[in-house]
Amino acid sequence: MSKIYKYGDNVDTDVIIAARYLNDPSEGNLKAHCMEDIDPQFSSTVEAGDVIVGGANFGCGSSREHAPLAIKVSGVKCVIAASFARIFYRNAINIGFPIMECPEAAEAIQPGDVVSVDFATGKIVDETLGKTFQAAPFPAFINGIIENGGLMNSLKARGMAK
Amino acid sequence: MGMTMTQKIMAAHAGLDSVVVGQLIEAKLNFVHGNDVTTPVAIGVLEENGITEVFDKDKIGIILDHYTPCKDIKAAQLCKTARDFARKHNITHFYDVGEVGVEHAFIPEKGLIVPGDMTIGADSHTCTYGALGAFSTGVGSTDMAAGMATGLNWFKVPPAIKVTITGKFRPYVSGKDVMLHLIGEIGVDGALYKSLEFTGPGISELTMDDRFTIANMAIEAGAKNGIFPVDEKTLEYLKGRTDREPVIYEADPDAEYEREVVIDLDQLESTVAMPYLPGNRELVKNVKGIAIDQVVIGSCTNGRIGDMRAAAQILKGRKVAENVRCIVLPATQEIIRQMIEEGIYMDLLDAGCAISTPTCGPCLGGHMGCMCEGEVCVSTTNRNFVGRMGHVESKVILASPAVAAASAVAGCLADPADL
Repeated sequence: MSKIYKYGDNVDTDVIIAARYLNDPSEGNLKAHCMEDIDPQFSSTVEAGDVIVGGANFGCGSSREHAPLAIKVSGVKCVIAASFARIFYRNAINIGFPIMECPEAAEAIQPGDVVSVDFATGKIVDETLGKTFQAAPFPAFINGIIENGGLMNSLKARGMAK
Repeated sequence: MGMTMTQKIMAAHAGLDSVVVGQLIEAKLNFVHGNDVTTPVAIGVLEENGITEVFDKDKIGIILDHYTPCKDIKAAQLCKTARDFARKHNITHFYDVGEVGVEHAFIPEKGLIVPGDMTIGADSHTCTYGALGAFSTGVGSTDMAAGMATGLNWFKVPPAIKVTITGKFRPYVSGKDVMLHLIGEIGVDGALYKSLEFTGPGISELTMDDRFTIANMAIEAGAKNGIFPVDEKTLEYLKGRTDREPVIYEADPDAEYEREVVIDLDQLESTVAMPYLPGNRELVKNVKGIAIDQVVIGSCTNGRIGDMRAAAQILKGRKVAENVRCIVLPATQEIIRQMIEEGIYMDLLDAGCAISTPTCGPCLGGHMGCMCEGEVCVSTTNRNFVGRMGHVESKVILASPAVAAASAVAGCLADPADL
């Protein structure tokens, strides 16, 4: 059963992965220190399929792709937030990591709730609350990137990179 | 319907006559760059995908500025990865220790961006070049990899906020105060996904260094970019730096803006952002006297010659207080040279400042001034997040060079007007 990690507004990239760890972009290092400055227990308790729920402006700050990567390699299934900072949003799409923008779900979902998500439809179901939410749909162009598994695969599929 | 400056540059680089808000475009890039933290990740993305060619070796920048001169063995490995790639692909604009500066001061100084350009960089403060009337925005490493491979990237055409600047600065007030005021006004996500379009008669009052500082922190309001109109000061700045012809865009009279914010420089006072968000605005006069341990003057936000002059104006003939460490980081080698020629370097040395080689260093808690638990820094950098400059229980107060220098002298958060 997936767990919910719930945080507030303006979760910045420094608390997702602090700059003092950016000298080593290996998966093991990113996973070991993910969310450390906001939630020291995160890396020792997170399991595959868990979900992060954030408030407004999730992922603000640095352009470090290490931030969505750290969350992805920690096994987190997706991030649901009221809104995302734009570089984090791009980076998540570009690396093929699912994010869902839905202020109502971000507010309602509580730690301990059982939540299921459907990325294709954008449907978020909080089974504990018995509520269904609809995340903002991605435009077709961005869906194409996600369906190809990220930006580079998408470019290769179009024969654009050698 | 009319277009903003940003929308016009986007349309031109997408080969379109016009664009509308929300439209997704693929645009040609004039320049793609990264640093020692983000470039190695981009190189990894290219390798994983079996991509062996770059689109144009003359339009890629690799700038080793974050942890350099290398702070530890792992940082040295990152630099080696970037250096080896640059040599293998014969990258024209590869800059290493001894020549390199902090990227967003260095790239304009080298004349690598001209008005009308469309450029991305794998660093969030790439929005700095909007000061030159270019579209520039920060991206991640996969975007950098895609840009290096194809010379293209995808963008969503942003809606705009018009920021009208009027009036003239009071003494000791500068571009940093403008931006801390604006972020406080609209919030750290007040311009999320949007462009900040600066305009108004007060623009002529702003030096190019003021404009770089303001555009640099557009990201701190969540903006995609911040952009200034091109005027005589812009063209004067470009002289001797580049042979490329600027392409000057102006917003249409009927361009659409979601809202307008007016900033009257006459009313603006020395401003700081208290921990832990750049939007936590306070007037210095209301919070002065707070105990501090460190002052940092530098970074891509405020490490330019105008910033060094503003600091020296206050520190010359005075001493850094005994309880404070004052670390000055001129952003480029050229700025150090100018400081020496103008006597500023000696003024700061005599005052008791430690003066560093160019590096991002303490701004992101990298090196050259990390703090331990309980310490407080007044810093001219751009972020004051939890743990940004070291321990999670350390604090950063964002300020202008004048406020930082006055605080170094006073030994506590201070208003330069009081000295």
